[in-house]
Amino acid sequence: MKQFFAFVKKEFFHIWRDKRTLFILLGMPITQIIIFGFALTNEVKNSKMAILDFSKDAASSQLVQKMSVSKYFDATTVLTSYQEVLPVFKKGKVKMILVIPQHFANDLQHGNQGHIQLICDGSDPNVANTLSTYASAIIKDFQSAIVKEQKLPYRIETDIRMMYNPELKGAYSFVPGVMALILMLTSAMMTSIAIVKEKEMGTMEIILVSPLRPFGVVIAKAIPYMILSMVNVATILLLSVYVLDVPIRGSLLLLLSEGLLFTITSLALGLLISSITDSQQVAMLISLMGLFLPTTVLSGYMFPIENMPLPLQVMSNLVPAKWFYSIVKTIMIKGLGLSYVWKETLILIGMTVFLFGLSIKKFKTRLS
Amino acid sequence: MVKSNSNNMTSVIVNNISKKYKVEKSQVTALNTVSFEVSKGELFGIVGPDGSGKTSLFRVLTTLLLADSGNASIEGYDIVKDYKIIRKKLGYMPGRFSLYQDLTVEENLSFFATIFNTSITENYDLIKDIYQQIEPFKERRAGKLSGGMKQKLALCCALIHKPSVLILDEPTTGVDAVSRKEFWEMLQRLKAQGITILVSTPYMDEASMCDRVALMQNGKILAIDKPDQINQQFSKPLWAVKAASMYSLLKTCKKWEAVESCYSFGEYYHVVMKSNINGEEAIKTYLLQHQFLDIEVHQITANIEDSFMALMNKSHD
Repeated sequence: MKQFFAFVKKEFFHIWRDKRTLFILLGMPITQIIIFGFALTNEVKNSKMAILDFSKDAASSQLVQKMSVSKYFDATTVLTSYQEVLPVFKKGKVKMILVIPQHFANDLQHGNQGHIQLICDGSDPNVANTLSTYASAIIKDFQSAIVKEQKLPYRIETDIRMMYNPELKGAYSFVPGVMALILMLTSAMMTSIAIVKEKEMGTMEIILVSPLRPFGVVIAKAIPYMILSMVNVATILLLSVYVLDVPIRGSLLLLLSEGLLFTITSLALGLLISSITDSQQVAMLISLMGLFLPTTVLSGYMFPIENMPLPLQVMSNLVPAKWFYSIVKTIMIKGLGLSYVWKETLILIGMTVFLFGLSIKKFKTRLS
Repeated sequence: MVKSNSNNMTSVIVNNISKKYKVEKSQVTALNTVSFEVSKGELFGIVGPDGSGKTSLFRVLTTLLLADSGNASIEGYDIVKDYKIIRKKLGYMPGRFSLYQDLTVEENLSFFATIFNTSITENYDLIKDIYQQIEPFKERRAGKLSGGMKQKLALCCALIHKPSVLILDEPTTGVDAVSRKEFWEMLQRLKAQGITILVSTPYMDEASMCDRVALMQNGKILAIDKPDQINQQFSKPLWAVKAASMYSLLKTCKKWEAVESCYSFGEYYHVVMKSNINGEEAIKTYLLQHQFLDIEVHQITANIEDSFMALMNKSHD
C-alpha cells in the first residue's frame, strides 16, 4: 500500500510541475462553458432589425414598440421606402425587416384584418427561421391583446409548453455535452499520455524491474486524473448553475456518482490506448480521433442521433459519452432519479469493467 | 576461474541464449547462443561495439525480454519462471537515463526506495559514498543534472534496495573522463561489499578494470577471460607506427601483404604483422621505399583493445 501511495504522490508531482498542462486541464472546462454559453450559441438574441412603417399610427407604433422591447430583437434602423430594403440586407446590417403597410390600424379596426410582412435574411436559414418564429409569436401576442376586447365566436388557441426547458435555452443541452467531452479528454487522453510517457522516457523499464504489480501501476496512474476530472465536474456544475442559470433538478449526489462512473470509463479507455501505443503522439492522435470525434458527433449532443442513418445509430451505442449524456440530461435537466437511468448506468458499468479488464490484461510485464 | 559445478558460488548462469528481432522484413540476430557464468561478488564486464547485443542480453537477464531459446538463472532463480522473485533481487540501470526528470534528486531516490519496499535510511550505508557526492544538489530536478551526476543518481536508485546482483548497461557512456574513473572506483567498492556486478561498456580501457570480461560482437561472445589473460592470447607481433602523413600511411599499410591488420590507436597506428620475421627494420625499410618521412616504429605488447580487434578480425574470416 505504501508503494502504491508513493506512486500516486509521484504522479501528482508530474502533474503539478507541468504547470502549462495543468493550466489547460483546469482551464478547459471554464473556457468551454464560457464559449458555449456566450459565444457559440444557436439561440438568437438582440438581432438587428429594421422597421419599414408606412402606417405610422397608434397600432403600428404599438407593435414596433413590442418588438423592440423583446430581448430577441433590436430595432436599429428605420427605413422609409422599399428601395432601401435590398441595400440594408446587402450591407448585412439587419437580419430581418418588419414591414407594416398603410392604414394598419384602420384595417384592423374596420376590416378585422391586418397584414404584416416579415423579410428575413435567408442566407442563414436557421437564424431566419428562428427569427420569423419569434416575430410571429410576438405578433400573435400583440393580436391576442387586441382581440381580448372583442369576443370571437370560434377560436383554437395552441398553447405550447416546452417541458424541462421552457425558454429553450441551449445551455440545457450543451452543459451535459461539455461535461462528457471534458471528462473524456482529461481522463482518457491525459492518462494514456502519462503512461506512454513512461515508456518513452525509459522509466517504464525500471518500473517493470521493480516488485510493483501491473495492476497497482495502472491504478496509481489513473487516480490523480480521476481527482482532477472530479474537480472539473465541480467546476462545470458550479459554472452552469451560477453563470448560465442551468438548474440541477435531480439529486446532486447521483449526478456526481454518475460523473465518477463515466470518469472511470474514460480512464479505462485511456489505459487501453496506452497499452497499445509506444509514443505520446500516437496516444494523443488515437485519443483525439478515436474519442473526441465520436464524443462530439455520436453522443447526440450536437446532432440528434434519431436523424442519423442506421449504421451510425448502431455505432453510437458503442460511444460511452452517448449514455453519459443521456444520464446527465435525465438527472440534471429532467430531475429524474436512478430508476430512469439504471439502464444507461448498467451499460456504462459494463463498458468500464470490460475496458479495465482488457487494459490490465494487455499491460505488458515485459518490454515486448 | 568459475567452476560450473560450484553452484552456490555462482550468481548468474547464462546458457545458450538466442534472441532474434524482426526489423521491418529482415531478421536480426541480437543474441546468438550466448553462454557464460558469473560467480558471486564478481565484477563481470561485457565489452563490445554498439549493436553487438549487450543491451539485449541485459534485457533478457533483467526479465524485460524473453529469449527465443536457451535459459538463464540469477541467484538460482529461472529468469522466465521466477521473474517476480528476480525483479526483487536485481538492481538495474538501463543505458539511457531513466529516472524522472521532473522530480528532484531526493524525490527520485525516495520513490525508488519506496517501490522496492525500503527507505533511504535503511540502506544508506550502501549508497553513502555515492550519494554524498550528489547530496548538495538533492533539491535539484534530475533533468537538470550533469551527465556524471545523473549516472551517480541512477546508480543510487539501482542500489537503494540492496540488490544481490547489479546490472549496469553502459553506465559510463557520455560521461566525462574524471566521472568515469570515479564511477569505476564506486563499482570496485560495491564489489567489495559482495554484490555481483554485470557491466557493459563500449570502452576498451574500462574492460581492464573488470575481474573478467566477455568480448561480444554481432550477438556472439568471442572470448571470456581475465583482461590480462586475454592479452596473453594475442600471439602475433604488434607494432606502433607513426609517420608524417598519417592518412596515406594507413592506406599503404593496409595494401602491404605482410600486414595482417592496421588500425588507429591514439596518435599511432597499431600494425599486426602476419609473421615474426618482419621486425622493426623491415617496416621502416618498406615505408622508406614509399617515401614516408619522420617514421617511428616500435614494438608494443597487446592491450585489451588490440586483443579485441584481433578477435573481431578472426570472427570475420
